[in-house]
Amino acid sequence: MRIRKRNSGSVATPALLSLIIVVMVAITVYVFASNFPWAVRPAPITSVGAEIDHQYDLTLAVAGTVFILSQLGLAFAIFKFRDHGQKAHFTRGSNTLEAIWTTATIVLFLGLGLMGHKAWAEVRFAPPVPDAIQVEVTGNQFVFNFRYPGPDGKFGRLDPKQISASTGNPLGIDANDPTGKDDIVVPTLTVPVNHEVNLLIRSQDVIHNFYVRELRIQQDAMPGMVIPLHFTANTIGQYEVVCTQLCGLGHSRMHSYLNVVSDADYDAFLKQQAAAQ
Amino acid sequence: MSSHAHTGGSTVHAPMAEPSGFIRKYIFSVDHKVIGIQYFLLALTAVVIGIVLSLLMRFHLVWPNATLPFVSGGQMSQEQYLALVTMHGTIMVFFVLTTAPQGGFGNYFLPIQIGAPDMAFPRLNMLSFWVTFLAFVCIIAAFVVPGGAPISGWTGYTPLSGLGEITGPGEGWGQTLWIVSISLFCLASLLGALNFIATTIDLRAPGMSLMRMPLTVWGWFVTAILGLLAFGVLLAGGILLLLDRSAGTSFFIPAGLVVNDQLQAHSGGSPLLWQHLFWFFGHPEVYIAILPGMGVASHVLSTFARKPVYGYRAMAYAICAIGFLGFMVWGHHMFVSGMSPYSGFAFSVLTMSIGVPSAIKTFNWLGTLWGGKIQFKTPMLFALGFVSLFVSGGLSGLFLAQPAVDNMLHATYYVVAHFHLVMGVAAIFGIFAATYFWFPKMFGKMMNEPLGKIHFWFTFVGAYCIFMPMHFIGIAGGIRRYADASAVAFLARLQPVHQFMTIAAFITGAAQLFFLFNFFYSLKFGPKASKNPWNATTLEWDTDSPPPIDNFGGHYPSVYRGPYEFSVPGAVDDFIPQWQEPAQVARVK
Amino acid sequence: MPSTIITEEIELIHSGKGPGGGDSSGDGGDGGDGDGGRGDSSGATRVPQRAYITGMFIALAGILMFFMAFVSAYIVRKDMPNSAWIPLQVPRILWLNTLILIASSLTLGRAHSRFSAKDEKGFRHWWATTTFLGILFVAGQIIAWRQLAAQGIFLATNPSSSFFYVFTGAHGLHLLGGILALLCVQFGATRKVARGTAIEVVSMYWHFMDGLWVFLFLLLYLGR
Repeated sequence: MRIRKRNSGSVATPALLSLIIVVMVAITVYVFASNFPWAVRPAPITSVGAEIDHQYDLTLAVAGTVFILSQLGLAFAIFKFRDHGQKAHFTRGSNTLEAIWTTATIVLFLGLGLMGHKAWAEVRFAPPVPDAIQVEVTGNQFVFNFRYPGPDGKFGRLDPKQISASTGNPLGIDANDPTGKDDIVVPTLTVPVNHEVNLLIRSQDVIHNFYVRELRIQQDAMPGMVIPLHFTANTIGQYEVVCTQLCGLGHSRMHSYLNVVSDADYDAFLKQQAAAQ
Repeated sequence: MSSHAHTGGSTVHAPMAEPSGFIRKYIFSVDHKVIGIQYFLLALTAVVIGIVLSLLMRFHLVWPNATLPFVSGGQMSQEQYLALVTMHGTIMVFFVLTTAPQGGFGNYFLPIQIGAPDMAFPRLNMLSFWVTFLAFVCIIAAFVVPGGAPISGWTGYTPLSGLGEITGPGEGWGQTLWIVSISLFCLASLLGALNFIATTIDLRAPGMSLMRMPLTVWGWFVTAILGLLAFGVLLAGGILLLLDRSAGTSFFIPAGLVVNDQLQAHSGGSPLLWQHLFWFFGHPEVYIAILPGMGVASHVLSTFARKPVYGYRAMAYAICAIGFLGFMVWGHHMFVSGMSPYSGFAFSVLTMSIGVPSAIKTFNWLGTLWGGKIQFKTPMLFALGFVSLFVSGGLSGLFLAQPAVDNMLHATYYVVAHFHLVMGVAAIFGIFAATYFWFPKMFGKMMNEPLGKIHFWFTFVGAYCIFMPMHFIGIAGGIRRYADASAVAFLARLQPVHQFMTIAAFITGAAQLFFLFNFFYSLKFGPKASKNPWNATTLEWDTDSPPPIDNFGGHYPSVYRGPYEFSVPGAVDDFIPQWQEPAQVARVK
Repeated sequence: MPSTIITEEIELIHSGKGPGGGDSSGDGGDGGDGDGGRGDSSGATRVPQRAYITGMFIALAGILMFFMAFVSAYIVRKDMPNSAWIPLQVPRILWLNTLILIASSLTLGRAHSRFSAKDEKGFRHWWATTTFLGILFVAGQIIAWRQLAAQGIFLATNPSSSFFYVFTGAHGLHLLGGILALLCVQFGATRKVARGTAIEVVSMYWHFMDGLWVFLFLLLYLGR
């Protein structure tokens, strides 16, 4: 078999491909560095939210560096080693290099992962404080209902057979349970600022999810389970609550609000709701 | 698993007779090459449907009030959008990404690349294809049954998928057909996996030790092992779900549910159980989708850079590591599901670990290019694109693997961007690279280079235009599987980005016509292909284009060296094929 | 490893070579000489018999995962709080069925050794006994189902009964497949597969189904 002298390829294709990759990296970095409204998260309203943001930023730094180096490395190799008449350099690889970059990757990835667990633990492992405000969150197709225990501090028993949205009992509070008489059921969540709240998240039908971007935490509402989720909001304001778990044809309409108010406003809210019972 | 390192020449046998008759030759054929093409054409049909579905979705997201002629009622409803979401995901994941790389190219080229005349069990192979075809008919039928297609997503979470029509349109017949289709697909894949594994273990030619197998074969082999161990679990889950829907059992449905004011008569099942069963399959499934593409990328990069794969052994081990770890990370889909947070911690550590072999592969791909002599033919362009897209898509996984950060990003467009970049683009690029690379061998004709390049440029740029912005809107809180953004105030500012992505999607979708035209035109009118147009080294290039019925025309090759002997110092040619006897290699004096 | 267990029994079809034929290292598949007189153009004639053994190992791995999915669902469900789980008393006939199935494995082993000793009559006798015991087992399982139904315990009655029917139903279906395979060997309908290999492969399957049943039965019994 006679060797055929290879013509050097044209430079247009490798140049264009390298350029596209470089431009893609540049645009990506630019968007991350700027603050376009469609690319940024809202300010967090909890301290754990700030920690989550910190972990995110750390991950971005690591991932971003790897991204830039590998994409630019690829672009460089594409252009520099295009066929322009040279011989390829024969090598089967280098065990040393494999060991080095494997170790570096392990340290980097696992280190990054381990660092993020403090924030996770604070949300999930640490129990709520004893005087946290308990609010039950119930999802069903396609509304949220929030239940407060009322002055007696106890939630009434629920009976699915007594669910009737039309007569004002969407959760099915058992009429035979006296502790349920003062329960407050409202369609939006109102909490006082700087006071820990423990949500008890449940569902009446299919899987839903409770998510507020500013809290940085979300939790599936799993039928058959009551799942606690605690947080302490530190900024007064109104924030949107969305359902992020596909729950049927009204999924994108399932929406509510988190109202973080002052202590005085919160007490007023409770009084007003108690009077309306 | 013994290594079978033989010496000795190839054996000669009488050439096999071709089957007679159109039916036995092209329809009910047991020839792995015909079956491979059947799988490929099935996947091609599926991908066209899948792309149309996605374009309809993108159209609706930007123009929700537009009147569409083929939609009953004129405007697309919420449930119709969700049906598109469900069917797009299901068809693409199963009938494109699990079918083309493995059933298509794996079937065609695994036996040839190891020097075998066919798969170990050809009739089983034929059965696998036709059961897959039946599964495809079932899923398409879901569009036309009363109630239409299911709306529970490709993940089919219960109770939405388990209670029947009462949870929404499409949840009656549509969901049942979905389960039946997927169950059939599982059966077909199990049979296929059996064939692949037995063939790779027992039918390798003399001299083809494990460490001389092309990385494409490693990819198909490990993928088959994943399929063998994962599809049975999904099949089991599907059977239990069918029982819940039609036999009154409560595997996945808790007691006391009230849907549409009706109390459901179920007793204490667990929706989490479905998620565990589904994702125990579902995570290996995504590695099933990408591993063959990784094998093809290594193979094509090496061939067109005229250099051995950098770190061949590390690459083979990395494929095995990804496969192995792939079984241990499924909980990272369930961080916010109500699963124990301790499990979340464990799954997170394991998921970060799986980034390590993936990173090793990326470094080795760069190493393969480094110092090479790169020729930019279309297969190579797609392989290079694969590397770039895999890096982009893989790195966003680092965020999602950490439960603290996942709390913020779960079920947003960030996740959609991540899996589309790795599966919906990188894996697809693997399929394109394979198609352009092996088309000459399969059909005896060359595809058109300029058209191939045009296809590449549009698709590469287009894919980034569609899926990079998705990361950003995910960070800003864009929720996935939302039919419209009108109810939530903070979604309004994301609309311009949606418009950009939709326009990019339409252009990129249209650009696939270049590929379709090139493919079918070249079948008929392409220039004739030689045995080895790419000067490649693996066994498929030692036979005619297309190969005869028994792959090597009665002559069976022996293998004398590894699969990527390019630019070996001292050799006259810049490649030494696996089948060339050492005495025949022209050496520089 | 499979190749060392059955090297003596590999018969490369169409090669005309006896057991142990093919090349010495056990690799091969290239001892055939085309389709011979079979008139089958499938191209599989060069498949080494060893591939069927490998194939059966692989199939059993896949089947195991299928059953393990049911088993893990069972274990999870059983221990769930508030799950309305009422433990099921397994019908006593299941003990008898289990003994019958274990006996069938013993008769199968006997048939196998008769075959190795080239005792065709002995082989056929013990092989048929195994088939008979297998059919008896399936009949016993159906009786168990009818006993439960008579007590008003059906598939959807309680989660525990759901799992009972799923376990026994799935296992029973697989066992029926095994009975079909036993019959195929009995009546010489094993197509391309050499008889020794077919016997080996069906035996593997049968013993596995036996072991699987013992495991499932213990699980159900201990979970009562």
